Amino acid sequence: MSPDTNKGIAVKVKDLEKKFGDFTAVNHINFEVKQGEIFGFLGPNGAGKSTTIRMLCGIYTPTSGSGTVAGYDIIKEQYKIKEHIGYMSQKFSLYDDLTVEENIDFYSRIYNVPKNEMAQRREETIKLAELEDFRRALTGTLSGGWKQRLALGCAIIHHPSIIFLDEPTSGVDPITRANFWSIIKQMASQGKTIFVTTHYMDEAENCNRMVMIYHGTMIAMGSPEEMKTEIMKNEILEIIVPGAEHYLDEISQLSPIKETALFGVNIHAVVYEANKASEALKDFFAKKGITGYSVNKIKASLEDVFVSLIENYDAEHKGK
Amino acid sequence: MFERAQAILIKEFKQVLRDPRMKTVIFISPLIQIIIFGYAANKDIDFIPTAIYDKDNTMESRGLIRDFTYSKYFIPKRYIYTDIEQNNLLDKGLTNVVLHIDRGFARDLNAGKDAEVQMALDGSDSNTAMIVLNYANTIMSNYQQVLIDKQRDSLGEMSSGAQVDLRDRAWFNENLISRNYYLPGVIASIVTIMSLLLTAMAIVREKEIGTMEQLIVSPLKPLELIFGKLLPFAVIAVIQASLITTLGVLWFHIPLRGNIILLLIATCTYLFTTLGAGLFISTISATQQEAMMSVFLFYMPTFLLSGFAYPIANMPQVIQWFTFLNPMRYFLVIIRGIFLKGVGIEVLWPQFIPLLSIGFVVIILSALRFKKRIA
Repeated sequence: MSPDTNKGIAVKVKDLEKKFGDFTAVNHINFEVKQGEIFGFLGPNGAGKSTTIRMLCGIYTPTSGSGTVAGYDIIKEQYKIKEHIGYMSQKFSLYDDLTVEENIDFYSRIYNVPKNEMAQRREETIKLAELEDFRRALTGTLSGGWKQRLALGCAIIHHPSIIFLDEPTSGVDPITRANFWSIIKQMASQGKTIFVTTHYMDEAENCNRMVMIYHGTMIAMGSPEEMKTEIMKNEILEIIVPGAEHYLDEISQLSPIKETALFGVNIHAVVYEANKASEALKDFFAKKGITGYSVNKIKASLEDVFVSLIENYDAEHKGK
Repeated sequence: MFERAQAILIKEFKQVLRDPRMKTVIFISPLIQIIIFGYAANKDIDFIPTAIYDKDNTMESRGLIRDFTYSKYFIPKRYIYTDIEQNNLLDKGLTNVVLHIDRGFARDLNAGKDAEVQMALDGSDSNTAMIVLNYANTIMSNYQQVLIDKQRDSLGEMSSGAQVDLRDRAWFNENLISRNYYLPGVIASIVTIMSLLLTAMAIVREKEIGTMEQLIVSPLKPLELIFGKLLPFAVIAVIQASLITTLGVLWFHIPLRGNIILLLIATCTYLFTTLGAGLFISTISATQQEAMMSVFLFYMPTFLLSGFAYPIANMPQVIQWFTFLNPMRYFLVIIRGIFLKGVGIEVLWPQFIPLLSIGFVVIILSALRFKKRIA
């Protein structure tokens, strides 16, 4: 056992930075992932998610900063790390021209699975991927969901304690995604640490804790609940009124209202303070002579949080 | 450690042998090349379709025609009787050569005057025309010699002094059969292109489909990956070389006078360079198309400046210096030496040393670059 796993810390980074030439892909980020946690790494495309995961897996060497994975130094002990992690990317790295079993056996050998355990691991993986009837099918003939589960099975064939998933659900259908997340939760319940990047905010609800990253910079960290309550500084009002779209612009001009957006036929207004904004809206509708409306304070979704955080960030960095 | 390299190796073989296109490339392309160089790309010219235009129609003119047609080089395709026909035939490319003997040929000859024979050639293929002309000159001078001897005999003259009689004899390839010269070279050409292409493509393909990333995050070490990637293609290249050798010897009767083991060693030595270059190309190419382009960029000068088709001695001096860096140059000398001359290491070591040195430098530099790129 390495020192940090005893303390229950699976991943720890400090001031981690990665530059490609003049471009800063990851800008001095800090976080810790506890053992057995599902840790989400959220951000839009190009935010620096994959770059971070690659530094943690030993594919990239950081420009500066430090970190440990499974207690091993990400700069000096990359090789040790590789023995203790599983990694699956959105590309589902399988060989299409090999059969299901051949893919599994290949990764078994690459990951030093002992010879006498290979058959058992093969069965395990086939069961996980539900490919009992397709053992000898060429992997290229499988559909996306099956490939995804097989790729996951191959990535964890050596029973790693930490599993890195880089946008594992991009390009698969919603049912397959839900299925996949139930596998991930099951693995976490067995004590495995899951480090997952995604840009699907609804998926992020499955995480125990998460980091939001934007332009290489961490903009928030916490549990989904914390994100929606403590970190979200603004409140959200849902305005239900017939012909809502006609009032959108006018409402956004009201001073207690930060911004408005149309959600279906209703308006979601991001406001600084719910009570003040409700008053302002009452006045507004009174002046217009409209009565058939309602204004309710609603809970922010992770998406609301993320959009609002990004807008704050952009406002702060304007002109830079 | 060997377990992991072996896993890669087995996978590579499976993939190559499962891909029908790959199989065709590996086994059919050497066959096509050997057939092309064995039959078609033949610099020997014989059985040249010849038109005979004999205006003289005498014993002497027919004697000359017989001399031409008895040689295996010229075969009389048709006899013609007018100038128009002659022009027509050449224009339409129906014949390459017209042997034109004017009226008065025998008369002039017997009168001791210069007798003229006209040979009309299709010069649009200057190479062939030159060779044909050479054959014709040989036949003519023989004819002349016989004539002179006859005249001297009839006049009872003694030979007027010594005559120089140059007789060429080509060693190692007595009849100067060009396929004997080309087919051993086909081994070099196939081994080069195949090992380059297969290596570069196999690595770049993994980059493209993303499995390379998966391998990099595994405990697989760069050297194991290199070893597992290169060895299968070395084996395939050796199999191809054997295929060409077998066909060349059994079907085309190419002499294999030297040691077959030495041939194998030379091929393996040469493979260091080509596999190394393939590895290098994989580090500078992101897609299989890029890799393909780079392979041909590398292959063309290697091939053209190797002495395969164009003699190095005819190249400008600066280019000749460049050819010293060309591993194929040494390999060609070695294979031709083994095939045609039957010489061994005692003669060929000055070729082996640069071949081996270039191989080591290329493969070590490529491996270092590859390691740096993926780690």
